[in-house]
Amino acid sequence: MIDRLNRYARKLPTWAVYLIGFVPMPFLFWQGIDGQLGVDPVKALEHEYGELALQLLIVGLAITPARRHLGLNLLKFRRAIGLLSFFYVLAHLLVWAALDVQTLSAVWADILKRPYITIGMAGFALLLPLALTSNNRSVRRLGAGWRKLHKLTYPAVLLGGVHYIWLVKGWQVEPVIYMAVILSLLMLRLPKRRPRSAPA
Amino acid sequence: MAGRWKNDLSENDVTPEGSYLSRRSLLAGMAGVGLAGVTGLPTAAKAEALKANTFEEITSYNNFYEFGTGKDDPAKNAHMLTTAPWTVKIDGMVDKPGDYQFEDIMAKMTIEERLYRFRCVEAWSMVVPWNGFELADLLSMAGVQSGAKYVAFETLYRPEEMPGQKTRVLKWPYVEGLRLDEAMHPLTIMATGIYGKDIPNQNGAPLRLVVPWKYGFKSIKSVVRITLTDKEPPTSWNRANGREYGFYSNVNPEVDHPRWSQASERRIGGGLFAKRVPTLKFNGYETEVASLYDGMDLSKFY
Repeated sequence: MIDRLNRYARKLPTWAVYLIGFVPMPFLFWQGIDGQLGVDPVKALEHEYGELALQLLIVGLAITPARRHLGLNLLKFRRAIGLLSFFYVLAHLLVWAALDVQTLSAVWADILKRPYITIGMAGFALLLPLALTSNNRSVRRLGAGWRKLHKLTYPAVLLGGVHYIWLVKGWQVEPVIYMAVILSLLMLRLPKRRPRSAPA
Repeated sequence: MAGRWKNDLSENDVTPEGSYLSRRSLLAGMAGVGLAGVTGLPTAAKAEALKANTFEEITSYNNFYEFGTGKDDPAKNAHMLTTAPWTVKIDGMVDKPGDYQFEDIMAKMTIEERLYRFRCVEAWSMVVPWNGFELADLLSMAGVQSGAKYVAFETLYRPEEMPGQKTRVLKWPYVEGLRLDEAMHPLTIMATGIYGKDIPNQNGAPLRLVVPWKYGFKSIKSVVRITLTDKEPPTSWNRANGREYGFYSNVNPEVDHPRWSQASERRIGGGLFAKRVPTLKFNGYETEVASLYDGMDLSKFY
């Protein structure tokens, strides 16, 4: 089963993942214009982009554990998934600022005054350098620093999860499930405790 | 007591939705001209604010957590609810406590049409042509005793028909409350219809409170119990998060929700590129209700 999936993954070109990943963005926007997202298309589009961004971030977070624990190798898609999630976060942010809040001063006030928005913006700020250094040249130039820098994904995803829990009214099921998945994926990365006797 | 408040537009109760809308927009525009002089607001803003939303919009976008937290969950799930027979228990400090059958209540009440702004605490809004009767008439029927100061309301608790009640997003049953003078105010109604049709389940069938100058969550749906009391009753959202939702919850652009601004709102129905509109104090009913809160610090009693 895993072998077969690995074979398929080897055959699937990364551009196909970019293509499949990008299609929902303009499609949802068009649905919003066309009235297919319900009577409050601004909120619907904002939420769709935000949720897709979080889902993609979680998929990105799952790639390493999937290889380590299941032997499923999707490493070659990790950059595509990461970049896609960045662009969905950006789209989410733009819909919020331009179509929902609408005025720059109010956008700025919200970022400063509303903790769940501050947290969302912080998550976006953490993703920005990652998107900018996702090209081959940066990987070569930064060397070992690149791996270190890209560990920023972990706090970024966490902030995304908190942002979601915090923005809804009351304790709702969906955001809590997202957070549980994020936390378990991060937990898998914690270094295993070794017996003290083992030499360093 | 019925008919103590006249719509900005005067119209008959039952008008088919189509002709209703075209005439309504026209009249709303004219009403706007009249009102603008009183409140000093730009005519266009008033006229725009009074254009009724469509039946489709009003019945497909609802917060009714008993049927799920998504805006479309109530429209999807509310068909499970049976609303007949329906009994409203009226108890507490009243002369004639008892279980009142919905039909018996309807037989005694005068149904009017009220075109009200509806402003959700989440900063979206609609304009809804309700049909209903003044809550004051119902309370008078039961006979309010002199010591009563507050009115408590309760929504039906029936998890087998209200799947959201199987989750713990709120403590069930949903409860709300008003001060007695708020409850007796001519603007406060029990709605039983929209656009002249029986109120759909997702909007709170068969009868719900409508308090147009307060955030939508105060207007409790599918009411099964009304209790007159001398103590401020607990209210669901206040119990869930007292810092964010007060007992009064009057629409007020000057007092922000801790997590978002209340200064403006998105009018439902404007599409993806609609401009936000400024929120009006007491949701535009300042002339009618501001005196209820004379001398109160509204940022403290939010």
